[in-house]
Amino acid sequence: MEGAATDVEMNLKATELRLGLPGTEEGTQKAAVPTPPSTPRAGSKRALLAGGEEAKKPSAAAAPPSAKAQVVGWPPVRSYRKSCFQASSKSKAAEPAAPQKEEASSAAAAAAGGLFVKVSMDGAPYLRKIDLKMYKGYRELREALEAMFLCFSGGAADGAATVNPSDFAVTYEDKDGDLMLVGDVPFEMFISTCKRLRIMKGSEARGLGGATRE
Amino acid sequence: MRDAEEGSESPPSQMSGDGPGGSGGESESDRWMPDLRGGNGGGGGGGRWAPPDQVLENVLESVLEFLTAARDRNAASLVCRSWYRAEAQTRRELFIGNCYAVSPRRAVERFGGVRDVVLKGKPRFADFSLVPYGWGAYVSPWVAALGPAYPRLERICLKRMTVSNDDLALIAKSFPLFKELSLVCCEGFSTHGLAAIAEWCRYLRVLDLIEDYIDEEDELVDWISKFPESNTSLESLVFDCVSVPFNFEALEALVARSPALRRLRVNHHVPVEQLRSLMAKAPQLTHLGTGAFRSEPGPGGVLSVSELATSFAASRLLCLSGFRDVNPEYLPAIHPVCVNLTSLNFSFASLTAEELIPVIRNCARLRTFWVLDTVGDEGLRAVAETCSDLRELRVFPLNATEDSEGSVSDVGLQAISEGCHKLELILYFCQRMTNAAVIAMSKNCPDLVTFRLCIMGRHRPDRITGEPMDDGFGAIVMNCKKLTRLSVSGLLTDKAFAYIGKYGKLIKTLSVAFAGNTDMSLQFVFEGCTRLQKLEVRDSPFSDKGLLSGLSYFYNMRFLWMNSCKLTMRGCRDVAQQMPDLVVEVMKDHPDDEGEMETVDKLYLYRSLAGPRNDAPPFVNIL
Repeated sequence: MEGAATDVEMNLKATELRLGLPGTEEGTQKAAVPTPPSTPRAGSKRALLAGGEEAKKPSAAAAPPSAKAQVVGWPPVRSYRKSCFQASSKSKAAEPAAPQKEEASSAAAAAAGGLFVKVSMDGAPYLRKIDLKMYKGYRELREALEAMFLCFSGGAADGAATVNPSDFAVTYEDKDGDLMLVGDVPFEMFISTCKRLRIMKGSEARGLGGATRE
Repeated sequence: MRDAEEGSESPPSQMSGDGPGGSGGESESDRWMPDLRGGNGGGGGGGRWAPPDQVLENVLESVLEFLTAARDRNAASLVCRSWYRAEAQTRRELFIGNCYAVSPRRAVERFGGVRDVVLKGKPRFADFSLVPYGWGAYVSPWVAALGPAYPRLERICLKRMTVSNDDLALIAKSFPLFKELSLVCCEGFSTHGLAAIAEWCRYLRVLDLIEDYIDEEDELVDWISKFPESNTSLESLVFDCVSVPFNFEALEALVARSPALRRLRVNHHVPVEQLRSLMAKAPQLTHLGTGAFRSEPGPGGVLSVSELATSFAASRLLCLSGFRDVNPEYLPAIHPVCVNLTSLNFSFASLTAEELIPVIRNCARLRTFWVLDTVGDEGLRAVAETCSDLRELRVFPLNATEDSEGSVSDVGLQAISEGCHKLELILYFCQRMTNAAVIAMSKNCPDLVTFRLCIMGRHRPDRITGEPMDDGFGAIVMNCKKLTRLSVSGLLTDKAFAYIGKYGKLIKTLSVAFAGNTDMSLQFVFEGCTRLQKLEVRDSPFSDKGLLSGLSYFYNMRFLWMNSCKLTMRGCRDVAQQMPDLVVEVMKDHPDDEGEMETVDKLYLYRSLAGPRNDAPPFVNIL
């Protein structure tokens, strides 16, 4: 899942708008390297934190992370506070006073409420809805979308039923109403800001969605 | 959270001269060793003391009993040998700000009558996952030394230390008069260790577990049942961070037989029904951590808000916290106590401004307020209008990411500054800030001692002018004459650090992240901040040159931490070679990264009398 995100990031790095002083790039790059969690191994709460924080970074060390990639330990909120908070916000949706192990399960796992967003595809007669929490990362999401909208991709020039990725771009509308390309930000951040998905195809999409497959 | 008194230790250049005399093999052979234990040969005058000196010393000891502040004691100990001795025998609280700065043996040899030990371990950036697991700060060697040396020890406070269950058991068995245990941001222990403390420390008054990481274990121990069966001396029991289920009936019974209990903070497994029962058994409580603050109906059914309100009305509470899974419908239940509250911690409660404001409006006497940024600028305005006595404000982010929405901004900060003129401490996480608001705070809140502003987006400038945040922080150091702690953020150039160096004369702790343009920033700070004790820096473009500009100041500091800057091994080795009483630790993010052998990812250097530690893990390279 991080691999797909990495590829997209690499392709778009040149077009990225970034705010920062010259010479700060190395700093942000370095900071995106995962470090072993500072807290004892087995705690499920900390595993959640480790998964949430450190695992967000692209696993391929070769890919320079974009400026938007999450940085270890920033903002400086104590791991204790972050992990307590994620635990309590999940148990709000679930049973009250649920035992620790349940609360600490991964944020991507289904909680009592889902995160349903509409998905539209250009030219398709109707929309779909998906639960973003069902997916652990971008690759799974893409696969699900492709499977969902396979039937609408007929009409491609070569008449094949297979989806040609370079003809499609998966975009989303974020909280500010802007149209964004899926894949730039860590998956956790994406599902928290995504309001709806839109699959663009045809001439609008060409070049944007290229080489997203691994 | 109780912050241990920040007494500064004497710099090693002075302490070393006062080391314990005699015992062979000490490496500081070229330093003068005074004859401190009458009867040992060598050193200054040698020989026995005349009786008049002894009388003087006894008198001195009686007088020095009254000196409590560590700084005063350090000063007194430097006057002469007999003052040194008298002070060493009468010091009751031993404060060790860096557990690696001195060896346990040396500490117990100097001080004879200690009753109270405060030990701090890992550097603060460990809280943000910047210090790899297994780095150190083990309390074991300390407990092993303290046990035999201070059988009358009453209090231990540990912060950021690694504490095992065996350590806790040893503490419990070593000190028959043990009264207070505080563990803050510690890790490595579990309910087994807590059971040992409960069972063996019969005179325990305080057990405060604050933001610790409790190890997972296969078999939970019912530690609450292990307290003495007769009436206990418990005054404070804080265990909200012990997040595993516990025996509630045992807690009820414990509370009922602890007449001195004033502080009780339970974990989130306690719903309002159980909370009410606890409050009924302990009407004398002044500090309450409310657990989940939602309903989990038992046989009695769902507790109504008015029933809960009755419980609060009957209480004498001054400090409220908890609200871990708060159901906002229950919030009105605390209205009866709001008028008396001096401290309110909502920082784990995701409540909207609409839910918070009615509560805030009742809290006219509030001095300490911790809250999430969901309170919004509007909520902060309500705080400003209501809480004119506020001394401490901490606003934490609900979504601790750079791109989150962030509901508080410069507007809220400005409002607070206009309403809360007595503010002494502020910690403020936001996404948008202006110099104007920070400048306003610097002028409106002259009593500020701690100013920690975290603009979560890295390098973010003033949201209105687009300028760096230099002037805002400059105003803070200029106008807040009592400032001792500062955390900076946002887009900052060397100019900000020039201000800090020029005006921040009392600053003891400085935290820098993603800031500055050249090594001059570091130089300004080292040269200007004469009281600097702790400097922590991350992701800033400072190189060896900046590091070396601090050479003549490192012995006056407790530590320097730098990660993800532009340091190289060469610069760090230079420092290590020139400063023999510094321990210079470097760490790489990827131990097997062959690529850049010379870059230093993490540097942690600290003055020490103990030399390089022998418990460093493989990823720590001590130069």
